[in-house]
Amino acid sequence: MSAQRHFAEAVLAAEPLCPPGLMAWNGSDPARRFAVYRNNVMVSLIDALADSYPVTQDLVGEEFFRAMARLFVRTHPPRSPVLALYGAGLAEFIEGFAPAAVLPYLADVARLEMLRVQAWHAADAAPLGLADFAALLENAPALAATGFDLHPSLAVLRSAHAVVSLWAAHQAQDGTPDLTAVDPALPESALVLRIGIDVEIRRIPCATAQFILHLQQGLAFGAAAQFALDTEPAFDLPAVLGMLICGGAIINLCQPRREPA
Amino acid sequence: MTIPANCRPSQGDAPAFPVTTLPARGGVGLKPEHFREILDTAPDVGFFEVHAENYMVDGGPFHHYLGRIRQRHPISIHGVGLSIGGEEPLDAAHLDRLAALLARYQPESFSEHLAWSSHGGVYLNDLLPAPYHVGTLARVCAHIDHVQERLQRRMLLENPATYVEFAASTMAETDFIGEVVRRTGCGLLLDVNNVHVASVNHNRDPRAYIRALPLKAVGQIHLAGFARDIDAAGDPLLIDSHDAPVAQVVWDLYAFALDLLGPLPTLIERDGDIPVFPVLLAEAQRADRIMRQQLAATAPAEACA
Repeated sequence: MSAQRHFAEAVLAAEPLCPPGLMAWNGSDPARRFAVYRNNVMVSLIDALADSYPVTQDLVGEEFFRAMARLFVRTHPPRSPVLALYGAGLAEFIEGFAPAAVLPYLADVARLEMLRVQAWHAADAAPLGLADFAALLENAPALAATGFDLHPSLAVLRSAHAVVSLWAAHQAQDGTPDLTAVDPALPESALVLRIGIDVEIRRIPCATAQFILHLQQGLAFGAAAQFALDTEPAFDLPAVLGMLICGGAIINLCQPRREPA
Repeated sequence: MTIPANCRPSQGDAPAFPVTTLPARGGVGLKPEHFREILDTAPDVGFFEVHAENYMVDGGPFHHYLGRIRQRHPISIHGVGLSIGGEEPLDAAHLDRLAALLARYQPESFSEHLAWSSHGGVYLNDLLPAPYHVGTLARVCAHIDHVQERLQRRMLLENPATYVEFAASTMAETDFIGEVVRRTGCGLLLDVNNVHVASVNHNRDPRAYIRALPLKAVGQIHLAGFARDIDAAGDPLLIDSHDAPVAQVVWDLYAFALDLLGPLPTLIERDGDIPVFPVLLAEAQRADRIMRQQLAATAPAEACA
């Protein structure tokens, strides 16, 4: 086994190991010195997760979060030197992490937070403005037949839990979340979208979530709208289209890439 | 040949194109916390430095701000993830990302570390040490050749802060660095805090260490703060933590280095416990003052043209 493999395994090992071949000028036990590397690696990666998942951390407390993150880092160390999106698998990890089972919504809150980070760093794209739609809005058949390329930062999360309300309650400026009005067991959907350089998270109705997901998957506008109306007769198509256009969510008109299933 | 008084020493036998075109002034590590203030106040600072990997994202605020700040200020890009000291071949995809970043921002300087951080597909997010022997030397030189060829520019290599030494080492760190510089033509980023940290940790004389380096290759200096710990024998063990102001002992060592080197682009590095921007700016200005004093003290001997 190579020297660096020994070193790397000892850095991530659960028990304090020390690789062979290390020494110190004063003959002291090198394990104490090697522990600096173990600590640097572990703390910096746990900190990176804490930066990406502040609400997840708030929900379980710092001590619980850091212990859970330590296990995650050991089992899911980074595969790339680019750490901006490190920890994308944390939600899935949480789903299998027994001590977190008492908070069934925790994994989806983590999912939402990672979508926010991904939106933050997603590619830039110039959105279409209302003027770009003027002709199309006058021509119902053409509008129904077109597909939309959505902004690279856009993501939709559908959850069986009140993820947006839980997340929003933790955005209080004074740092004390008001959870009294939140019923975590109510299903919610989230729209994540970067507008300019700010990422917005808003709660959207289930049918709207399904509609946007269909557009994102390449369905034509008309087919996506029909699905939404079948699900929810009160689906407010003009309002949703207005929200998408004004939010800069549509960056191109395109041929539909998919037929309705 | 007339060397301007405000110019650092010539590069000796090094390749003709300069390893850095940063101004010989104090610079500050660019932190997202300070993006807006820097754009709003356009501070008089020599340059800004960013970690390459933080900007290897597709878009969003990081590129938004760096693009605007770069229009007004010189920048240096400092890589932390190439794993130049690694046993494995360089990550070609990562090198491609780096080449794209440098093409986009055209930094005045690019630097990386004499360290490794990736092995077996895992990235360990720290600058890990390697033994100094002919095997490591061959690998490090091959990796630097590869980097300089791919990027079509000279890079600066930073001396490391280390906490352990290797029984397998057969060369002094300074001899190792000297040989890397000689074989690859790369420049040297002299991290004065690392010199201090490693000198305490390994009971070395920091001034002798600096004198033993290939000083003609130095193109940039780093200054930072450290944390204190102890080893198993109770001897001091300093941690290169970048979470504190530059210590007086490091300022003193910096002045010593400048006496040998002349003025050089000097970065204030801060990665933890980040203060408000004026605090970092004041440290950069302190570096400017020390360079001016040093220049004034040596000016008569330079025979200004």
